[in-house]
Amino acid sequence: MHVLIAVASLGGFALIAGLLLSLAQKKFRVEGDPMVEKIDAVLPQTQCGQCGYPGCKPYAEAVARGEADINHCVPGGERTMHQLADLMGVEPKPLAEEPTAPMVAFIREDDCIGCTLCIKACPVDAIVGAPKQYHTVIADYCTGCTLCVEPCPVDCIDMLLKPELIEHWAWPLPETERARIGRERKGSHARAA
Amino acid sequence: MQSLYFRAMGEFLLIIVSAVLVNNYVLTKFLGICPFLGVSSKLETAVGMSFAVMFVMTLASTASWLVQTFILEPFDLMFLQTIFFILIIASLVQFIEMLIHKTSPVLYQALGIFLPLITTNCAVLGVALLNVQQGQGFFASVLYGFGAAVGFALVLVLFAGLRERLSYAPVPDAFRGAPVALVTAGMMSLAFMGFSGLVKF
Repeated sequence: MHVLIAVASLGGFALIAGLLLSLAQKKFRVEGDPMVEKIDAVLPQTQCGQCGYPGCKPYAEAVARGEADINHCVPGGERTMHQLADLMGVEPKPLAEEPTAPMVAFIREDDCIGCTLCIKACPVDAIVGAPKQYHTVIADYCTGCTLCVEPCPVDCIDMLLKPELIEHWAWPLPETERARIGRERKGSHARAA
Repeated sequence: MQSLYFRAMGEFLLIIVSAVLVNNYVLTKFLGICPFLGVSSKLETAVGMSFAVMFVMTLASTASWLVQTFILEPFDLMFLQTIFFILIIASLVQFIEMLIHKTSPVLYQALGIFLPLITTNCAVLGVALLNVQQGQGFFASVLYGFGAAVGFALVLVLFAGLRERLSYAPVPDAFRGAPVALVTAGMMSLAFMGFSGLVKF
């Protein structure tokens, strides 16, 4: 008898707990992986593929699964890497590729044959043109991802340094030890916020 | 009547102080060291973990008191104590895991494996068992569970803060990481031992 009570009480308690948990499971169901959405929101959405994945969403999925490192987003640079490190709860690490000066694609119109291949390659629709017409790059929209260089059959696309515009220019900071510490602190505050 | 009320309040306050400082589960009873070292490298994660443990510990000590009084004692089933309490704790942890996954995916990611590991956190089971052994009333048990959880949270947050500072300190190479964390934990434990005798409980 004593054993029966023991089995019944433990079994009954486990049953009730299981029922409550299954109800909770229904109520708190999570659609998809919310981490992917959060990571995707941080990425610059240039769909440039320089991380080795076919776009920002696939890279976000790979980071959320822990397959990809956080430091492969070239257009996002250091800032995106720090945001990803915060989201994933891992230590920031240096970018996989050396940050380069901002580049912009330029089409030499004399050589362009109007094949539209670069238009199809451009992830941000920054190239305008029509078949058998000259194409050109809208420099403001170009992210410098170099994806259009490869498909061009006549090699008429050059990557140029992005010209420094007056609205982006700022006084360069003095290169002193104090300035370096200040910049580091500013960076760590931005990360903490 | 009034003096009775004050005496009850004083007793509850004593229970809280005793559970938070004097009988701190991490630093004087050395239970729950795993999350104490595992989740304390970042302050934000430590705070999230503290709240999760607080929730689980308080509810676990409440539920274990109820189970003890209304199931185990009347039917003379004391030998089922451990398995019952583990069942309670495991269900609570499952529940809070769902809750955190839904409400804060970032915290869910940061806590990672340590969230399901609250199930096997000996501090939670320790609170439930010791609570029942002391044979207190219902409110005293709930308060004791809550106080123990606050103590765990306090120590975890303090330790996370120390470790964040330590990562910028010029620590010798051989001591970097786990060794200096353990030395720090030992010093904190010495400091908390200083509270013993503050409250006799």
